[in-house]
Amino acid sequence: MSQKILLTSKEVDIILNRLACQLIEKHLDFSNTILIGIQPRGTYLAERIKNLLETKYNTNKIALGYLDITFFRDDFRRTEKPLEANQTKIDFLVENKKVIFIDDVLYTGRSIRSALTAIQSFGRPAEIQLLVLIDRRFSRHLPIQPDYRGRQVDAINNEKVIVSWKENEGEDAVFLVPTKQEPTNN
Amino acid sequence: MNELSVNHLLGIKYINKNDIDLIFETADQFKEVINRPIKKVPSLRDVTIANIFFENSTRTKLSFELAQKRLSADVLSFSAAQSSVKKGETLIDTVNNILAMKVDMVVMRHSSPGAAYFLSQNVKACIINAGDGAHEHPTQGLLDSYSIREKLGEVAGKKVVIVGDILHSRVALSNIYALQMQGAEVKVCGPKTLIPKHIESLGVTVEPNLRKALEWCDVANMLRVQNERMEINYFPSTREYTQQYGVDKALLDSLNKEIVIMHPGPINRGVEITSDVADSQQSVILHQVENGVAIRMAVIYLLASKIK
Repeated sequence: MSQKILLTSKEVDIILNRLACQLIEKHLDFSNTILIGIQPRGTYLAERIKNLLETKYNTNKIALGYLDITFFRDDFRRTEKPLEANQTKIDFLVENKKVIFIDDVLYTGRSIRSALTAIQSFGRPAEIQLLVLIDRRFSRHLPIQPDYRGRQVDAINNEKVIVSWKENEGEDAVFLVPTKQEPTNN
Repeated sequence: MNELSVNHLLGIKYINKNDIDLIFETADQFKEVINRPIKKVPSLRDVTIANIFFENSTRTKLSFELAQKRLSADVLSFSAAQSSVKKGETLIDTVNNILAMKVDMVVMRHSSPGAAYFLSQNVKACIINAGDGAHEHPTQGLLDSYSIREKLGEVAGKKVVIVGDILHSRVALSNIYALQMQGAEVKVCGPKTLIPKHIESLGVTVEPNLRKALEWCDVANMLRVQNERMEINYFPSTREYTQQYGVDKALLDSLNKEIVIMHPGPINRGVEITSDVADSQQSVILHQVENGVAIRMAVIYLLASKIK
């Protein structure tokens, strides 16, 4: 399997720092802002950003939650692949808060559509923004665009973007991997 | 992987350990969902479910209905008492007529053992058994194990005694299968007349003495005496039953450890357990009811994903 490296560990580091700075520019002290990592893969990025902001940039403690969108997806009973649920952990109210959704790859936009519905179960946020590490251009099914993006990538449908994290896979890197399977609607 | 091995839930006997694990993991997520400010998810928007109850039920019926509504399914509820069954319609005809209205899933309680299995062989719909005679009540078996797992961390290695009317109980059989599949040890305890002959063949032991049974166990599941299923007297009087097999606070406090008390409901207070036991810290009876909704959501969700 021939895979292409899109981002190296060093590039990921630079991008995370830039994203953190952009967040500070918009949200200053994060007093009314909360971070929501989209399960399963957005949680690593969300934790990384939170740690970076708190330790390197000395912000206040930032509330971080995880949102699982499995039960809100629009392809239940329409895919062959069974949908596996993950943990949702939101221990605070989102009512009138500024919410930042964090996910690793933005592709068709359907996950974010599901997340927009799912978050309503926890109250009415004042505002919702989207931060992604990789934005796959020209592949959106819905009118959804990120507010903060790490890198924009042109990938064809039978390629998959894989983000690996130090905590999980041993190194920070982003790969472009060719796949023979039908593209998933993530 | 990540899919049930069956297309219907007819009994615990027909599923395996992986299925139970998958149902429990899914139920964990639904338990979080039903504790949100808005307790509803849109997964089953395009699924219609009929609840057909040929026998009386409050808890199970409400729990199934609530689970279905929390998943956004369309729900039809039907009690045999007000139906054409009284006019002589057969079971298959009744169900096929309901299915002709484009129903995807049927939840059925029936007084005949094997009714759910029979239906699954004869109609085209996903069937969930909500109790068939004295045979099985799989969702109750699942939620009882789930409640033990929640209270004690895991089911494997735990000692569970099922006390009371084992003979007429579908809850007992589903519990025995589910607990053994997960590696728990099971004893049954009750008057000899209410213990089925040859129950040892299921791998359980019989302990006629309640105190000994309670001293041995980690969990006691107290069953109700099902007077409505008794055509003859199985014991001399309710008072005598209570003296021998009823659990009260004094008995619990005299044990050398704290055991968990379960009851599938409805409780006959003062018969199998006294009020102070039912309402004590050791009792998980109301947790069982809450878990029932999460377990049923998980079962319905996982089975619905297999409807083609």
